[in-house]
Amino acid sequence: MKYYEGFAQFKYKWDQVVSSFFQRYPNPRSKHVLTEDMLSYHVKGNKLFTKKLYTKTNKLPKWGSSFVTGPKQVCVIEETILDPKAKKLTTYSRNVGYLSSIMVVEERCEYTLNTEEQKWTSLKREAWVTSSIMGFSHAIQAFGIERFKKNCQSTLKGFQYILEMKYGSDKMQDASTSESKLKETAKNAREKASKMAAKAGIVQY
Amino acid sequence: MNSVGEDCNDLKREYDACFNKWFTERYLKGDYYRDPCKKIFKKYQTCVKTAMKNKHLDLEEMDKDILGTEFEKKPLPKKKKETDKTES
Repeated sequence: MKYYEGFAQFKYKWDQVVSSFFQRYPNPRSKHVLTEDMLSYHVKGNKLFTKKLYTKTNKLPKWGSSFVTGPKQVCVIEETILDPKAKKLTTYSRNVGYLSSIMVVEERCEYTLNTEEQKWTSLKREAWVTSSIMGFSHAIQAFGIERFKKNCQSTLKGFQYILEMKYGSDKMQDASTSESKLKETAKNAREKASKMAAKAGIVQY
Repeated sequence: MNSVGEDCNDLKREYDACFNKWFTERYLKGDYYRDPCKKIFKKYQTCVKTAMKNKHLDLEEMDKDILGTEFEKKPLPKKKKETDKTES
C-alpha cells in the first residue's frame, strides 16, 4: 500500500467552498470526468450524507491494460458527510468495477475552517493506493500514487476555477494551489516503478 | 455534466438545479429538513438505476458505505517501521 497526505487552502469561505464542491464539474480540468450522478442523499441529525457515482476515462498505461479487458471507463463512488455545525465536509472516494482488480485508489478529503484565518478553508487530502497483482503490486502502487499526486494539482486548479467563476477572482491572489505533501511513503516512487517495471519487462507509460 | 444514463440527462439537470438551490439557500442556512427535491429525485433515480443495471455496473459494491465506518482506510503511523504489515 502507498499512502499520501497533502494540505491546501482556499481563500474562500467554507460555505462557498462546500457549495462549489457539489458543483465543481464540469471545469476546464475535468475533461476526464464523463458522467456524474447522485445515487443517494439524506439528512440525519443536521448532517447531510450523499453518495455520487462518476464515470471517468481510463487512461491506463499499456502494461495496465494487459491485466484487464473491458470498458475503458472507471467508476468512482464518492461519499460525503457534511457537518454544518462543525463546518466540516468529509469526502471519501474509491474506484469500483473492473479496474479495482488491478488497483484501488481511495481518497479522503476534509474541508474545514482554516484555524488561523477563519474566513478561509483548509483541505486535508489523504490517499491510499493498493494493488494485489502478484509480482507487480509494488510497481502498480508506485505508478498509482505518482499519478494521484500529479492529478491533485489539476483537481485543485479546476476547483479554484469554479470558485473564481462563482465568487470572483479578487480573492484569488496568492490562493494556494500548491498542495504540499507532508508525509508519504512512496519516496522516489517513480524511480522505483521504472526499475521494477524494467525488471519485470513491462512497458512504461 | 451528463448522467450515466443517456435518457436521464433531463431529469438529472432538473434534480441538480433543485439540489443546488436547496443546499445553498436552505440547508446551509439552517433549514435542514424540508426537502423540495424528493419527487424529482425519485424519478431521476428510477432512470439512473435502470441505466446502471443495463450497463452491468456492480450495484452491490456501489451500495456499500465506507465513509464513517470501520472500512475507511486509516492514516499510516507517523513513524513507519520496516515490519509494518500494511506495507506490502
